[in-house]
Amino acid sequence: MRSRRFWMMWVGYLGAAALWYASVKWLPIASFQRLPDPVTVITEWLSPNPTYGISIFTYPYYLHILNSTYRATAAFLLATLLGVPLGICMGWSEIFHRYASPLLGLLRPVPPLAWVPLAILIFSGIESAVIFVTFLVAFYATTLNTVVGVRAIEPDYFRASACLGASRRDILVDVIIPGALPNIFTGLQIAMGAAWFSLAAGEMIAAQYGLGFLIMESYNLIQFPTIVIAMATLGIVGFLSSMLIRTLGRRLMRWREQTLGFAG
Amino acid sequence: MAGATTQLGPHASFPNEASAGARLAVRDVSKTYDTDGASVEALKGCSIEVEAGAFVAIVGPSGCGKSTLLNMIAGFDTVSGGEIYMDGRLVAAPGLPPRAGPDRVVVFQNGALFPWKTVLENVSYGPVRQRTLTRKQAENKAVELLRACKLDAVAGAYPAQLSSGMQRRVEIARALMNEPRVLLLDEPFRAMDSVSKTTMHRHLLDMYRISRKTILFITHDLEEAIYLADSVIVMTTRPAMIKLVISVKLQRPRHPRILFSREYLELKREAAESVHEEARKAFERGEREQA
Repeated sequence: MRSRRFWMMWVGYLGAAALWYASVKWLPIASFQRLPDPVTVITEWLSPNPTYGISIFTYPYYLHILNSTYRATAAFLLATLLGVPLGICMGWSEIFHRYASPLLGLLRPVPPLAWVPLAILIFSGIESAVIFVTFLVAFYATTLNTVVGVRAIEPDYFRASACLGASRRDILVDVIIPGALPNIFTGLQIAMGAAWFSLAAGEMIAAQYGLGFLIMESYNLIQFPTIVIAMATLGIVGFLSSMLIRTLGRRLMRWREQTLGFAG
Repeated sequence: MAGATTQLGPHASFPNEASAGARLAVRDVSKTYDTDGASVEALKGCSIEVEAGAFVAIVGPSGCGKSTLLNMIAGFDTVSGGEIYMDGRLVAAPGLPPRAGPDRVVVFQNGALFPWKTVLENVSYGPVRQRTLTRKQAENKAVELLRACKLDAVAGAYPAQLSSGMQRRVEIARALMNEPRVLLLDEPFRAMDSVSKTTMHRHLLDMYRISRKTILFITHDLEEAIYLADSVIVMTTRPAMIKLVISVKLQRPRHPRILFSREYLELKREAAESVHEEARKAFERGEREQA
């Protein structure tokens, strides 16, 4: 028997689908009636012979997913590789923080899409420009959460490690990285989510493949069920990638679990 | 009493074993904090001579500067005046950058075991990082020590899985692992209920008996101080000075039943009067500052 939680989840999904079906089919609003209903979407999605050329049986569908996933992964990895070390430097060194923090504070409110034209000029190519825009939001989230993580480390851990004879390098490895890890992973999860929505927007403006591109193209070609297929796919892929990071985080931070009890 | 040097040693009832502890000399040490131009005197003309292997407790009202003294001895903070020596070696003086090290290990008020390391990794950490032992050797030694402290059952656990009392025992074991010459305990049992405290006292006295380190134990609990230590230093309110030194000539090893002995109660009465006087002064001064 499945748990109650499992059934509640499905009640939520099906309830939303029913609402969607009802509002498209029965509501007397003209603009709603143009939208595809869930049955049409699912049929199209699972069809070996889709009306508009995109379903789980077609090669282009996976090409779009692959392109988007590649861009999101590249942007995310780049953000992690640059953001975590930068965040650690900023959290560890007050002087470094004074240089970098105001700059980040000024750059961060610039919407990522505002970077697109400049990015295309700088990277002289659409592909790298889309990745750059995606990278930016992930980078801010990763860096700032890492800074918070390092600064939140209990000062007594630094004192204890000094007492026990740790060098500066030891402190980095034994105190700063593991101590900041919970916040770093929070940052990575936010970064992954932000990367996906920034990516979809970037692809709509400048790309030849990808789920964001597919949405915009289907709109232009009046292939409405495909729009919804691409949107749902974005949701699923985004959810899976967040889950992957959560699982990895939990593996790396087993020490946070308090399951076993020993009497004192 | 502030200017005079105070000589504190282990009581004669201790057999003359070779001690692994160091002589600790605090000479006319003071500490002034500068905050926004106004300087606050936290500690004034404090002199203590602790003999090797002695167990000394420092008692005083909360916020009086006991921890400031400990931080300066540990090498976390600079001194504003005076000197601190360990076995005749200068470890702190004005202008000398503070330097902590494994010869003076601190056990912290709120506990500072690394939560991301297992008990075994925590305990073997010091010698591995100081490169005095290989990881394998350190782990073997740690297992032995944990067994002696009756903690071997939790060697593979993470600190979050242990009770706070257990965590504190592991932290003391982690300190002892480095064979420090001085063990500095900063109100380690502060947040514990009285039953756990009694258990912890027994464990600490056991560890003291086995290791014979010089111990400086900070607390605001007078009964605890008298029960554990050879000498109890009572400090005044800020700026902290030494008000009174009580020599505790109670038999070792100590058993909880001495808590009901006439000697113990007499010492406690004497100390309590003095501490209460200080607490009253602090309270009154606080009220004056309000007015």
